[in-house]
Amino acid sequence: MSEIAGKTIAEKILSAHAGMDARAGDIVVADVDFVMGQDGTSPLAIRAFERMGAEGLFDPKKVALVIDHSSPSPLEGVSALHTIMREFGKRTGAKVYDIGCGVCHQLIPEQGHVVPGDLMVGCDSHTCTYGALNVFSTGVGSTDGAAAMAAGKLWFKVPETIRVVAEGELPPGSFSKDLVLHLAGRLGADGATYKSLEFSGSTIDDLSVEARMTISNMAIEMGAKAGLMRADAKTLAWYEGRGERTPAPVDPDLDAVYCDEVPLDARTIGPHVAKPHSVDNAAPIEEVLGTPIAQGFLGTCTNGRFEDLAIAAGILAGRKVADGVRFIVAPASRRIYLDAMEAGLIQTLVEAGAAVVTPGCGPCVGTHNGVPSDGENVISTANRNFKGRMGNSNAFIYLASPATVAASVIEGAIADPRQYFEGGER
Amino acid sequence: MTIAERAFKFGDDINTDYIISGKYKFKSTDMDDMATHAMEELDPDYFAKVKPQGGILVAGRNFGMGSSREQAPLVLIHSNTKAVLAKSFARIFFRNAINTGLPVVECDTDLIDDGDELALDLEAGVVHDHTKGIDVPFAPLPPVMATLLADGGLVEHFRKHGGFAL
Repeated sequence: MSEIAGKTIAEKILSAHAGMDARAGDIVVADVDFVMGQDGTSPLAIRAFERMGAEGLFDPKKVALVIDHSSPSPLEGVSALHTIMREFGKRTGAKVYDIGCGVCHQLIPEQGHVVPGDLMVGCDSHTCTYGALNVFSTGVGSTDGAAAMAAGKLWFKVPETIRVVAEGELPPGSFSKDLVLHLAGRLGADGATYKSLEFSGSTIDDLSVEARMTISNMAIEMGAKAGLMRADAKTLAWYEGRGERTPAPVDPDLDAVYCDEVPLDARTIGPHVAKPHSVDNAAPIEEVLGTPIAQGFLGTCTNGRFEDLAIAAGILAGRKVADGVRFIVAPASRRIYLDAMEAGLIQTLVEAGAAVVTPGCGPCVGTHNGVPSDGENVISTANRNFKGRMGNSNAFIYLASPATVAASVIEGAIADPRQYFEGGER
Repeated sequence: MTIAERAFKFGDDINTDYIISGKYKFKSTDMDDMATHAMEELDPDYFAKVKPQGGILVAGRNFGMGSSREQAPLVLIHSNTKAVLAKSFARIFFRNAINTGLPVVECDTDLIDDGDELALDLEAGVVHDHTKGIDVPFAPLPPVMATLLADGGLVEHFRKHGGFAL
């Protein structure tokens, strides 16, 4: 028998972009469909681009720089970096998304820059988010970003793939965030290093596109290079009205070769948190109920989308944030902000006591807009809780779903969101 | 190329926020200034100790996990860290190190202790631990990565060849 085995989504997308039959373990030079940088990484990328002697972008329509990590600028040093980005945009034709536009990982798909079947790189580790849209998207450093901006291509080691098969319905009060925190706890922070994750099963099929993005977003927290899903009718519907490009979905072959398979029974996954100071320090919420909190944060590329704001607003409607608790909300993009205003979600959240800040990454990454104080506990919808992550290494960050964050700011302590859902006590 | 330096030993899962905190990385692109904060979360004196005479950072599993910040390998280079040895690396850090010209080697670092005098021979694929009198072998880098490192990183590779020549 000399029959050749089938391919994973990762192998297929990389093969198509390298113009060769690429298999796990091969190193290929492949064409990229899009390159992105943010304000923490673009200045170094621009410097590398110039040092390389690059004359221009490989295609100005395929490069975007997003000012989101310190947005608007809290410091004059940051302002100078933002100026470097704006001037580069004027000089080369790269699209610059300035303050208020939103978080890069919301904007790039929302604006239709990437479509199913694409290969793209971004100078930010959470670039893996668009795997939920069937895009092989992966985080790279600034010099890789510069090379991709100049040449329109980059070298890739074709990753092996771990198949994650999630079956069944998540219980009321549990969300895709809980599923991915549970998975991070099982696989560990390096459980998928150098590898790609491919998610499938009825649980994934039943999730909204937004909820799927939460899962792919956190693939990097297990070390993965990508967190891929199939494009289905929901994915294609999500793309309607988002730009000119035509999606070209890529399915895995039925006989694709996986290096491992991880089954998940979603029916058994209750609300989870990641305890300080690592994402794989995941635990069922029962373990931490009643832990006092000083601050809650709802937002980020993980959970700052419309559905996330709606879930939190649903819990906070007619209720108040506890005395002594600060509740910060950052919609992931201007479009989400506007949609949430139109739906009355912002009104509800602000009436409950939320402080709404500019769409961006500040609180999550610790640049501004909510640095906690020494000894304080924070509950956040973000994707990382490393020591010092929010700007103070003497604070303690718990990661959770928007529902758990909303329930917790009401009580001033980590609280079970299930009480607000079907079968709950209230 | 042989790199002979003292070992500075750290543990598992050293993330990029520990290598250089996000609160510094967004302030400037002056790596000499930023390097003074390298590893300070885990050892506030790291820069002061490694800068004068150089060193090899030795770690456990999953070194460089977390963000894509290239400031992580850059502050190590600018702090006079000549190479990093670890049991495994997070992939973005690994790429960034190669691209910026910082030698990274996967090997069994359990055998090496803080303060050991090391000689790293990249071509031969061996770390000589002179303090212990042992040799720790490792698999040499694949050709694509070895080429980039030999050229001094991806920028120098582009300057030399006008684009990818892999």
